[in-house]
Amino acid sequence: MTRRLKQTFGFILLKISLFIVLLFLLFLLSFIFLKGFKVLSLSFLLEFPRRGMTEGGIFPAIIGTLLLSVGAILFALPLGVLAAIYLKEYAGAKKWVRIIRIGINNLSGVPSVVFGLFGLAIFVKFFRFGISLLSGSLTLGILILPVIIRASEEAISSVPLSFKEASFALGATKWQTVKKIILPVALPGILTGAILSLGRAAGETAPILFTAVTFYTRYLPRSIFDEVMALPYHIYALMSEGTKPELQVPIAYGTALVLLLLVFAINFVAILMRIQIRRKKKW
Amino acid sequence: MVNKVIIKKLNLWFKENYVLKNINISIPEKLVTAIMGPSGCGKSTLLRCLNRMNDLIEGTKISGSILIDGRDIYNNIDVFDLRKRVGMVFQKPNPFPKSIFENVAYGLKIHGVKDRRIISEKVEKALRDANLWEEVKNRLSSSAFDLSGGQQQRLCIARALAVEPEIILFDEPASALDPISTAKLEELIEKLKKNYTIVIVTHNLQQAARISDWTAFLMLGEIVEFDKTEKIFTAPRDKRTENYLTGKFG
Repeated sequence: MTRRLKQTFGFILLKISLFIVLLFLLFLLSFIFLKGFKVLSLSFLLEFPRRGMTEGGIFPAIIGTLLLSVGAILFALPLGVLAAIYLKEYAGAKKWVRIIRIGINNLSGVPSVVFGLFGLAIFVKFFRFGISLLSGSLTLGILILPVIIRASEEAISSVPLSFKEASFALGATKWQTVKKIILPVALPGILTGAILSLGRAAGETAPILFTAVTFYTRYLPRSIFDEVMALPYHIYALMSEGTKPELQVPIAYGTALVLLLLVFAINFVAILMRIQIRRKKKW
Repeated sequence: MVNKVIIKKLNLWFKENYVLKNINISIPEKLVTAIMGPSGCGKSTLLRCLNRMNDLIEGTKISGSILIDGRDIYNNIDVFDLRKRVGMVFQKPNPFPKSIFENVAYGLKIHGVKDRRIISEKVEKALRDANLWEEVKNRLSSSAFDLSGGQQQRLCIARALAVEPEIILFDEPASALDPISTAKLEELIEKLKKNYTIVIVTHNLQQAARISDWTAFLMLGEIVEFDKTEKIFTAPRDKRTENYLTGKFG
């Protein structure tokens, strides 16, 4: 076979692979959309479930998922950013720092149900937070912590050395330089990472399974110690429990569609922010 | 002539690299001292010893002493205070991604000046001293990146001037600038030497000849020759200096 022919063959292989991937994605999306959009309506978004969840909407699950994700970010963002600053700016290149970094990276490979068990043992039982918004948010927070740390480290690394040098040369301490130069410059990148992990947190089921969610509640949570409904778990519940699958399954697909759209919307915001950062960046 | 800085038996290593070898020079007060030499000879490293910026690089080892006004800056001094007294302007203009005003105010703020009125007075003075005020007085709140390269470099000088240093270090400050901006910069350095001790690293011979009073010729980490600039350029004592000046290497 000539070199040219081999190259053509290689290109075709690459193209076919991409095509198959896109096909699956397209199939998945259109499947969820076609099955889900029939039940979609304003009342579906804004009403409570009725009649053993065979009618009505998914409002409490939407609110629950939003609260859980935002709670996770509130916990994980400050912690993750501070950890990243320490790792990047203070820890240096010592051996134990490398080990910690490997540990953090491995943490993001831990199956999410393990985080769920951990949350159950620590937050629900040990700290006695019970099955609650708080326990669920903290568990999700730990799940996304590695992502936030890595995104923050990358954002901090991308701050040009010349800015730091200028600050030190004026007599600034390291802490002043971190606070006034490094963080403001890295912030958009850090926030983009945080928003992406918000999308991740919104879609997770296993970590909240034992720590936060309930099958059905007639109320929105009134404190952080209340149980909540959540979109991913709602899908699971509709598909696995109850007695009227012919009524429940369409609602499950509708819920899946809403969850997908929510995650897309969150990621879209992150993409917009990234574009905005590139446009504003002049160094 | 008073010597502001006295460098005695200075040696510097980056890990195993022996970069500066037994440097002994004295830098006169309120004059311009140029450090010239071929690339990689340790010019910038020597300059960065004077405000201890080399401290930031891991694996740096130093022996010998550097006295400023008779006090050893490597022995029991506050390095943040030292850098306030010894300002620095870098090779490429490196303003902060902040407004023009905030760039100049930064040094004041980190050294604890809180009074807004004092800050804006000192910012204006620094910008005037850096010959930039007239060009930016109507747009102090716009981004420093809206300025041209030459203006940015003068802004960096204003930023250094704002904290009222005694010594200003220039690390090839014109290497990223066009000829007109370079001329303005040299004019500014000429003006600044009335009030400040200036040390400038350059690989541009004409520039060293034009603006400096004293010149140190550095090669492979050693001072080959240190003398009055006109003497170095008209009657160098060392063969290597002569070869460098006549373009036999560089």
